[in-house]
Amino acid sequence: MPRLHVDWTRCDGHGLCADLLPEVLTRDEWGYPVSRSPDGALDVDRSLREHAERAVDMCPLLALTLVR
Amino acid sequence: MTIAPTLVAPPDTRRLFAAPGPSLAQHRETYGDLPVDVDLPDLVEQAGLLGRGGAAFPSARKLRTVASRGNGVVVGNAAEGEPASDKDRTLLTVAPHLVIDGLVLTARAVGARRAYLTTARPEIARQLRTEVRRRRDRLRIEVVEVEDRFVSGEESALVNALNGRPGVPSDRLTRVWERGVDRRPTLVHNVETLAHVALLARFGADWFRSVGTPEEPGTFLATVGGAVSAPGVFEVPYGASLTGLLDAAGAMPARAVLVGGYHGAWVPGSALDSTRMSRTSLAPHGASVGAGVVAVLGRDRCGLVESAGVAAYLADQVAGQCGPCVNGLPRMSDALSRLADGSRDPRLVDEVQRMRRLVVGRGACAHPDGTARFVASTLRVFADEVAVHLGGGCSAAAAR
Repeated sequence: MPRLHVDWTRCDGHGLCADLLPEVLTRDEWGYPVSRSPDGALDVDRSLREHAERAVDMCPLLALTLVR
Repeated sequence: MTIAPTLVAPPDTRRLFAAPGPSLAQHRETYGDLPVDVDLPDLVEQAGLLGRGGAAFPSARKLRTVASRGNGVVVGNAAEGEPASDKDRTLLTVAPHLVIDGLVLTARAVGARRAYLTTARPEIARQLRTEVRRRRDRLRIEVVEVEDRFVSGEESALVNALNGRPGVPSDRLTRVWERGVDRRPTLVHNVETLAHVALLARFGADWFRSVGTPEEPGTFLATVGGAVSAPGVFEVPYGASLTGLLDAAGAMPARAVLVGGYHGAWVPGSALDSTRMSRTSLAPHGASVGAGVVAVLGRDRCGLVESAGVAAYLADQVAGQCGPCVNGLPRMSDALSRLADGSRDPRLVDEVQRMRRLVVGRGACAHPDGTARFVASTLRVFADEVAVHLGGGCSAAAAR
């Protein structure tokens, strides 16, 4: 399954990704994206692939990648 | 396999420190010349050599990866940012030419024409430059000083420093063995790993495996400190008993022992007798041999207070790049310090637990994960102490 990768050295916590992909991501108390899954996984289901790609494209800091 | 005919392999477990002194002459007298035709990747694989920098990654895999890409660079890592570790400095002081031999052999194996030795200590850098000049290797070896901070030795941080950028970790999507120093495939080996390469190239994989365990062959350097009368660096085989190591350093009666360094975990006093310095024996405690740090907490000390000090240090060593680590580690450390300092608010324990779960896996490097591991171990091993503190006491104060 493809998964999201966050480049934490770039991420500034804008939060667009969590808005665009609420099924996978929420935001922590500082605004940084965090997995909704208790194990911290950022797996992206096939049905959410387009939303994930949009989140990747929209990230203002190019901090998000869809891996594999 | 090349074994010098007139040379006797070091017996038992005094391998890295077998020479009577650090000079090139003493080195050659003890270990002989550098072997010429060695199939290093095969040999390293047969020997089962694991990296000695902390992560215990199979060295042969790294070696083959960089070799297959060509045009590589080799880096010997003695950044040793871990404050409780002294083994890289000691090794370079006592046996610099074993490390340089390993660097030369490794560079040959991957076809590298350039290599670096990195250290955070100016006096070691000076000594290394002198020793490198005494040799006639065709390899160009540059000795580079890096900043003395906890994350300096992380592979990508080291590569960034060598590329003239700030020595902080990079995102892990691109690995240094793909693109590292000058954008070339880069092999980073801890200096102790290189010294073992120099030995097994001479004496062979069977000799190498004759001590240690089948899963973790050979010896490793342990730095034993804390409540001990003779702190120092000891060469022991993997699987050695923890108490044997403690006895060698003259350890006082221990409340607990920190194994694997500040990113490691506590082994409680009650478990010391049954613990060995191996992956399987340490795993139930959440610890690993790591870079060989063994720090003894005396019975007169409070585990919570000492751990809060370590957590505060680790929070202070955040490189400042990754939001969850920048924000989470100080928050976790503050809550732990308040508990240690006598605040009797039980919600602080929940706050520490919540923060350690929140930071895991959310940084460019393993600093948040390692810090979370240490803090989890602290709350587990010193649970009784936490209860004593919440009740307004401290068992260290009672012991005095």
